[in-house]
Amino acid sequence: MYKEYEAIIGLEVHAQLSTETKAFCSCSTKFGKTPNSNVCPVCLGHPGVLPVLNEKVVEYSALMGLATNCNINEYSVFARKNYFYPDLPKGYQISQYKEPICSDGFLEITTANNEKKRIRIERIHIEEDAGKSIHDSGSETLVDLNRCGVPLIEIVSKPDIKSPEEASLYLQKIRQIVRYLGICDGNMEEGSLRCDANVSVRKIGEKILGTKTEIKNMNSFKNIERAINFEIERQIDLLEDGKQIDQQTLLWNADLNKSESMRSKEEADDYRYFPEPDLFPVIVDEAWIEKIKTQMPELANARCERFINQYNIPEYDARILTNEKSLADYFESGTNFTNDFKSLSNWVMVEVLGIINNEKISIKDFPISSENLTQLINFINNGTISGKIAKEVFSEMLTDNKTAEQIISEKNISQISDVSELKEIISNIFNDYPKQVKEYIDGKEKLIGFFVGKIMQQTQGKANPKLLNEILKNKLSSLKNN
Amino acid sequence: MAITKEQVRHVAKLARLKLSEEELENYTKELSSILDYMEKLNELDTSNVEPLTYPVGNKNVFRKDELGISVKTEDALKNAPLKNDKYFKVPKVIKSNKK
Repeated sequence: MYKEYEAIIGLEVHAQLSTETKAFCSCSTKFGKTPNSNVCPVCLGHPGVLPVLNEKVVEYSALMGLATNCNINEYSVFARKNYFYPDLPKGYQISQYKEPICSDGFLEITTANNEKKRIRIERIHIEEDAGKSIHDSGSETLVDLNRCGVPLIEIVSKPDIKSPEEASLYLQKIRQIVRYLGICDGNMEEGSLRCDANVSVRKIGEKILGTKTEIKNMNSFKNIERAINFEIERQIDLLEDGKQIDQQTLLWNADLNKSESMRSKEEADDYRYFPEPDLFPVIVDEAWIEKIKTQMPELANARCERFINQYNIPEYDARILTNEKSLADYFESGTNFTNDFKSLSNWVMVEVLGIINNEKISIKDFPISSENLTQLINFINNGTISGKIAKEVFSEMLTDNKTAEQIISEKNISQISDVSELKEIISNIFNDYPKQVKEYIDGKEKLIGFFVGKIMQQTQGKANPKLLNEILKNKLSSLKNN
Repeated sequence: MAITKEQVRHVAKLARLKLSEEELENYTKELSSILDYMEKLNELDTSNVEPLTYPVGNKNVFRKDELGISVKTEDALKNAPLKNDKYFKVPKVIKSNKK
């Protein structure tokens, strides 16, 4: 970015609420079903039908408002947003306009240089999703209305975001919160979480906002950064060339790595909002808010703090472990079976996270339970196996669906930690290599490595290395002193 | 005239109605006279009256988040002029004007 410019970014995030049924009818919200099978006269927009609001939609929206420090408005109403598009059979979308369910909140992001920054939230409102159009099949557009009427919340930020990185961090925070709350699965590929960005630039010191453009269709964190970056540079280039920025909507094309104009604002949006006469106002009183508050789980920041204090692990660990609720749950259930929290944290952060990231699976599908992982750690700590062998046992646990205990006993790989047994092994080795023993006594002390190597070879690595070293040194020095 | 021809043209476009010049003229006159008639209501002083959106006092009409019965795909598509076995078909949407 040119130094003398600054970017002003606001995000509109749509999160699909994970209710069983749609916002205004009792059709299923399940993704990936036969096209046009989760539909009924209400969501198909047939004449004479009446929408009835799903109570859970209000509760989930209010939960999000509480989690992002918003006011939950006692009185909120629905409105019709009128436009024609084939995936919207009624010819209007039921949304909230003047009186949204939540307003005036904020959330905090932690920037790359570890600074906390507050991003204000203007409003959160409830609306319904549209269906899905498929354009690339033959001469007609195909329409699937399964998604039509699925509840969404739209979270609108204030223009407090200053860079593409901050935009991505903000969205990651939103994703973390909705997943902790369990109100949205946060799946960006399937479109459960979507994001549009309003971007403008201005010379630093300038008070008036520049002309803004809107970018849509950014379906990953990486794309959001790229798309906003692209747009900031495009706008600055235009201004530097003495040209004007047109107010317009752009679509991000991830394949071409560039944005394309979707429509110009000259054909200005004219949605003719008006109050939805088919739905009554929603009143969320104090008593209801209190009830909703009881459903509020411990969120990531609070859990991170608690992990640091309760399990005495570094902040770095706690932050990684609590980033995803399911991972934090995994770690925490493991703490019931060991007191070595730091080792558990290391195993979860390095081995477990390594595998789930590599194979792109969720911790819920990870084959080793936290109890079994903890058992493995306890076998290292009580000297049954070495850390090195443990990694091998871990690999087998991944594929064989067996516990550490089963694998260790079946393969007979528990460490030899019995002193008299080790002493006998050492005596035998000394008998086998009298020449080396003599050389050691004559001062070639490096040969201790030779004996360790031979013993490890003979025991297939099972001799407890710490104990072996100790006994070996004692024995050799007593030989030397005689 | 309470409404101009241009405004009528705009409203017609938003409603996806194609109007001839003659129809435009007529609608401008007719809509204007309706709007003029409604102007009468403005003679009442309502400065101390809260706008009333809902004539009845109902609030919080909800349903539980419980699955009901959806219609069969075949039935859902029954009224569509264009379809295949699973989808509604519409003329190709080339220039998007979707929000």
